[in-house]
Order: sequence, then structure tokens, then C-alpha cells
Amino acid sequence: MTENRSYLLQGNQACAYGALAGGVDFFAGYPITPSTEIAEILASELPRQGGRFIQMEDEIGSIAAIIGASIAGAKSMTATSGPGFSLMQESMGYAYMAEVPCVVVDVQRGGPSTGLPTKVSQADTMQAKWGTHGDYYPIVLAAASISECFHMTVRAVNLSEKFRSPVVLLLDEVLGHMRERITIPDKSELELVERRKPTVPPEWFKPFELTPTHISPMAGYGEGYRFHCTGLTHDSSGFPTSDPAEIKDKLDKLKLKITQNSDEICTYKQEHIDDCHIVVIAYGVAARVAQQAVRIARHKRFKVGLFQPDTIWPFPEKALRKALENADLAIVAELNQGQLINEVKRIAHSKVKVDGIFRYDGDIMTPHEIVKKIREAN
Amino acid sequence: MSESKDTKRIEIRLSGSGGQGLIFAGILLAEAIGIYGDKNVAQTQSYGPEARGGASRSDVVISEDIIFYPKTTELDILLALTQEACDSYYPALKGGGTLIVDSTYVSQVPTDKVYSIPFTRIAREKIGTPVVANVMSLGALAAITKVVKLDELEQVVLSRAPRGTEDKNKAALNEGFELGEKAVKDYRAKFIDAPRRQ
Repeated sequence: MTENRSYLLQGNQACAYGALAGGVDFFAGYPITPSTEIAEILASELPRQGGRFIQMEDEIGSIAAIIGASIAGAKSMTATSGPGFSLMQESMGYAYMAEVPCVVVDVQRGGPSTGLPTKVSQADTMQAKWGTHGDYYPIVLAAASISECFHMTVRAVNLSEKFRSPVVLLLDEVLGHMRERITIPDKSELELVERRKPTVPPEWFKPFELTPTHISPMAGYGEGYRFHCTGLTHDSSGFPTSDPAEIKDKLDKLKLKITQNSDEICTYKQEHIDDCHIVVIAYGVAARVAQQAVRIARHKRFKVGLFQPDTIWPFPEKALRKALENADLAIVAELNQGQLINEVKRIAHSKVKVDGIFRYDGDIMTPHEIVKKIREAN
Repeated sequence: MSESKDTKRIEIRLSGSGGQGLIFAGILLAEAIGIYGDKNVAQTQSYGPEARGGASRSDVVISEDIIFYPKTTELDILLALTQEACDSYYPALKGGGTLIVDSTYVSQVPTDKVYSIPFTRIAREKIGTPVVANVMSLGALAAITKVVKLDELEQVVLSRAPRGTEDKNKAALNEGFELGEKAVKDYRAKFIDAPRRQ
């Protein structure tokens, strides 16, 4: 890839090049449609750039390998789809608990189970939030264009490094496979974040030290800082604890490092919010359809706007509440039987009616389906 | 996209059976227009879990505006390289849309307003291999629809064709363009000039 040049790329290709630009130097994965191109490109490119690529025996091994690589100091990533994302959930819990930065890309296809390998879906929306057990606060991003596949992969790496947490990037079959023009930015235009390293002598180092930001500096294994890493609930030294105060401190830390920084983490886009009575809410590829629908409807003089979260977890709650201030109706468009709509219902004021357009037959909805709903409401 | 008033939007489907190189043809067309040309493009595809056989299609949307909805709803142009593809997708072609078929495999056409060219047969006879029928059909599509310039297609074919196949692909492209120009003349004679006769 030459910088500052335009290419016709698939979403999966853009994601792989985003990973390289974002500093990913370790990828472990197991090929699965519709995510395979990400692994394919990184298998050829990473070794050339001094990184490592491992094809693991399955997705359980893949997530374990990227966690290990990250603890040893690498910026690590894996990519998968529904069945593989399910297999990764247990160890993703370990990564949340042990506060290990890593990126998991889920190119969504139809489910449950083997489902529809070559067809689109957004039915992992809630799995990305609640896939593993216990209380935890994931960061989940969703791209809607080929350019965003590149830039959001860079951002996912940055957020994982900054917040010492796994970050999930949701793509989908349509976006992963469709081709669109993208200009690869110059490296100097990209801001890359490195995890905070300890500045204390090794004998003072506490890998899960309580700090005002709730984020603890992280040493890499092999850098002279010995520390214990476990999925058991642990104290600031990393060793298991059953002390109620320490247990609460740990779970509060996991929560607060995300919730206290949600303004920084949550990004979103909105159009025509100032004068609209109807707000269409959509993310990912469904948001593209909604953008087209809003243009058609406004051309017909309907007062309608669009709210598109880039970060779906944590959901940009304050921004949506503000966007719905003058609205009577929110229409949530998603490629599942209704998942994100429940979050919108939770956030919306009681006077706002929340309705949905759900498509789950393996194709994306058309703009006309959304326009029809807007017309029916008027 | 009749409701959008987006008259600059053109929706194209290249269809046939798996293995005929239609997804590759879609990439060539989209890259010629979006990278070597100056319009916005979105290329999508549809395929089943099988690698060969089965219906295969590649859709290309062209617009001077930003393309939000990346798929097709009403086709302006349909290229069908098999009878099955022609039968399946003709209903998606809008009234007045352009239908181009490979008459090697498509014997029953749903309308007489069709550009019918034996791409596979000519590819086999003149170029020596049927595998360039996809590129040949792109040349004809350029001549018939003018959505893409021949030189833009030529640049992308030369940069994307597997090494050692550049000459055959370039020959197929030019042959297709000539066949397309001839088909346009025949079509005009039949439907535009002919009705003047009493």
C-alpha cells in the first residue's frame, strides 16, 4: 500500500491495512467466512514488516495467543465471525479481568450456530456486550464504510492500549466484502497510542495498582517486571483475593475506567437533528441505508434526522438523549430481530415512541423500507 | 432508486455461474470507474457456500454523488452469461434498461430488445480460451452503455490480469469492444431506424 493513494478495497482489506498502520505486530487467528481476507493479508504482510502471524488450531487458541502476545508487549489482534466469536468468549473474559489490551474483529454473519456463512447480519450486537460472564464494560466500535474499516481498526488498537482492555470491532459480511474507494493516509496523519509502562523500580511494581484514572501502567513480560496474571479476582499485586473490599475495588476499577471516560470513548455522527421530529438510529452497514433513506425522506419534506453511533458500547447515551429532545419518534434500523432497540428504549424520554425496522433474512434492508416507515408515521 | 431523484445513479449486475470470473469482472469494472475514472463506485457480490457452479453475481453501483446504499434495487444494466442468470435477474432490470447476454449459453431471451453476443464462443475461437469471456463482455459493455471508457478498462485489465495473460486479456477486451459497437449498430437498425419504414 502506498500512502496518499486511492485504492478500491474491501472492508476486510482496509481493516488489515488499518491493523498494520495501527501498529499491530501480532495476529493469531483461524480462518472463517466472511472474515478470512483479514487473516490472509496479515499472513503475508506481518512477517515482511517484522511482525508475527500464527494460524492457530481454532478460535480458542487464537484469543489465548493474542492475550499472551499482548502481555509480552505486542499490539495484538484477531479476526473472526459468529461461531469463532462464540468460542472466544471465555478467554475474552480473562482479558477483561486481567486487563489485557487486544483487538477482536467480528465480521458478522447470520446465526445462531453455523447460520449463514456468506450472508450479512448484525445479530452479535448484544453478544459483543454480554458475551462472557460477569460484570464488565466492553468497548465496541462499528464501522460503516471502507474508510472507517481502516480508521476504526487504528482507533480500536489505540483504545485497547489506552484503557488496557480488549476492544471489539464489529464489521459485517456486506462491509467486509464490498469494495469502495479509499485513500490510504500518510502515517504522519495517524496518532498511535502506546500503553503506559511502569516508571517505578520492579520491586515496587503493582500491575493492577489503583489510580485516579483507574488505568494501571502495564509492564511486558520479559522486561524485568515480574507479576502474576490470573482470571481469578485479584488485588493490586495481581494475586487472588477474597477480601470483600478488594473484590469491590477490582470490579469498580473495571467499570470506572470505561464509564468515567465514556465521553472520550463514545463517538457518533448525526444529521438534521436540529429540526427533526423523527430520528432514525442505525449503526454499521444499516446506517448507510438509513443515510440514503433520510436523504430521500427529506427530499419529500419529512422532518427526519439520523443518529449513528460509531461506538455502540458504551452507547453514546448523553448524545442520543439530546438528539431525541425534540423528537416524537425514534426508528431503530438493524439487521437482527431487535437488539439495539432495547438500549434506545432505555435511553429515550418517555414521550418518544420507539419503533424498529428489523431485517434478518440474510440481506440488508432497502432505503425504501425505512422511508415507508417514516411515511406511515406522518 | 426511483424515489431518490438520484438520476446520476447507475446500477449494473454482472451475472452467470460460479467460475466464469464475474466477481473479478466486477472488480475490474469498479476499479476502472472509481480509480482510473472519476466517479464513485460500490461493488458488492452474492455467492453461496459452494466454490464452483451455482449462481454468481457481482453488482456495481456508479454515482456522481456519495453512494450510501451499496446494493442494487432496480438494474440499469444486466449482463447475463448463462440462461439461468438471465431468467433469474431479468425481472430486476428496470423498464428501458440494457440487457446484454452471452448467446453461447443464453438461447431464450426474455425480450427482443437485447444485445446478444456469443462471448464464450468467440473467446474460444479467436483468443484460444473461453476464460477471457468475462473481460470480453466488459469491452462490449463499455461500447454499448458508455458507463466506462475503454482506456480506463485497459489500464485496469493490464494491472490486474494474472502475469502472462495480459496480451490475451487485452485482445479479449478490444474484441469485445468491437463486438459491442457492431451490436449497437444492429440494434439501432432494428429498433431506431427501422420503424421509419412504412
